[in-house]
Amino acid sequence: MMSFILYKAILCVGVFTLSLVIAMYSTLWERKFASFLQDRVGPDRAGPWGILQPLADGGKLFFKEEIVPNVSNKFLFILGPCLFMVTALMTGVVIPWGKDVVVHGTTYALQITDINIGILYLFGVVSIGVYGIMIGGWASNNKYALLGAIRASSQMISYEIAMGLAVIALVITAGGTLSLREIVEKQDAGLCNFVYQPLGFLIFFICALAETNRAPFDLPECESELVGGYHTEYSSMKLGLFLFAEYINMFISSAIMSAFYFGGYNFPYAHELYNAMGLQEGSVWISLIGFGAFFTKTLIFISVFMWVRWTLPRFRYDQLMNLGWKILIPLALANLAITSVVMYFVNR
Amino acid sequence: MALQLTNRSKVVSNKEQSFMESLYLPAIFKGMMITFSHLFKKRATLKYPEETRQTSAVYRGEHVLKRDENGAERCTSCGMCAVACPAEAITMESAERKKGEEHLYREEKYASTYEINMLRCIFCGLCEEACPKEAIFLTEKIVDTDYEREDFIYGKDRLLEKMTQRIDISKRQTPEVLAFKKIPGLKHNELFDGKKLNKGKH
Repeated sequence: MMSFILYKAILCVGVFTLSLVIAMYSTLWERKFASFLQDRVGPDRAGPWGILQPLADGGKLFFKEEIVPNVSNKFLFILGPCLFMVTALMTGVVIPWGKDVVVHGTTYALQITDINIGILYLFGVVSIGVYGIMIGGWASNNKYALLGAIRASSQMISYEIAMGLAVIALVITAGGTLSLREIVEKQDAGLCNFVYQPLGFLIFFICALAETNRAPFDLPECESELVGGYHTEYSSMKLGLFLFAEYINMFISSAIMSAFYFGGYNFPYAHELYNAMGLQEGSVWISLIGFGAFFTKTLIFISVFMWVRWTLPRFRYDQLMNLGWKILIPLALANLAITSVVMYFVNR
Repeated sequence: MALQLTNRSKVVSNKEQSFMESLYLPAIFKGMMITFSHLFKKRATLKYPEETRQTSAVYRGEHVLKRDENGAERCTSCGMCAVACPAEAITMESAERKKGEEHLYREEKYASTYEINMLRCIFCGLCEEACPKEAIFLTEKIVDTDYEREDFIYGKDRLLEKMTQRIDISKRQTPEVLAFKKIPGLKHNELFDGKKLNKGKH
């Protein structure tokens, strides 16, 4: 029992560290990628290829003056970014990072917890994330922050519906399970879910962009209208937490997309490769290779997020709402209906 | 129809979007492909301190006060450069050469201080053109950045050519340039050649 708790604790710390490191280096990769798309070089002064740039940025944020507005609600003002960060990190709990490892007869799952309502848990935690922005924006006692927070929460709530509907269709195709591990395992034998749910994936992807407040849906922090949006009044590391949590959200949604639709740690001809290498089921190497595949997919999705950001202009607020309510939700409903009918006949 | 100045004008139409256009996805994909193609294009950035942009042979950068072939300062503190300077960036003080300083100063009069305010200077090169003693030249060096305004007032310590690192100005001092400077029609040449300067004041 002790070893089980110890193992889970190590895994928690591992996922925590991984999320933070990825978020850190996403900021660098974002700037690098943006500059590549714009025929520039990007940050390259801090260390070779600028790899120390995130540390310099983080250090800068730590040394900035901590400003709490006089008229703000101080408790909520501090609670906002903390909540946003905590919920961003909590989503990493249910993601299956790799196949189980068997060492000396004990099975170690590369997943912190495999709850059978994993998807519900995910959606629940993501919904709490809205509170972080909302509380932060409201507690700032600043009209721009409040407007940004209202935009953020209405946008996230609107797009959660279409996202949820897309995921229900996915759950139907995956055989009615809400456990992330089972969804991933189902894609081991057959094709990945993207083949069955291309429209569902598209809807999910668009909604993921909106959920993470990424361009072209970055209205909550729209500089041209709202100064800085919900984090206008924030400075120092509290601002850092908001920005950081956004990158963690991006990482987690990329991971979820690759787990849901692209087979997670499975990849084509995986079993042939393992057989050719003479690896037994439960070997550490299988888990590591699987983790590598999963990670590669995730990184590709993060890059696509950035690619979209540096290509498309921002939506107008009414366009955003029109897209969410009048296009994505009906589409997701149609997708759900068609999937249900088809699966009914397939399973009969 | 109004007068057509270029053939770039386009007639704006307000026609309804077709179904494919209203999907936006083809257009988005096209845009994404455009940005993607830029991943493989040449970077426009020049990493400045390590690489420098190639300048023309007569680029007008930081000034140098030339010495002659024996290492004596060529400047005689005549003030023609200061007169020519449209930005009034040049100031100088004169001194008389003492006995035994012949190896330091080429002529009897020299500039004891010579200052150019690099923040005022517009790098037009008129000082170089006005100089009758071929003493001041602009170089390819870009003026260094600094924190204080005072630090941009360059004295002789920074302007004077170092004996250890002579600066080649042969590209600027071509025979054509020398001939141009002797054209009598030019104001400064007229003054100098007519020896009007030598009367009275000096």
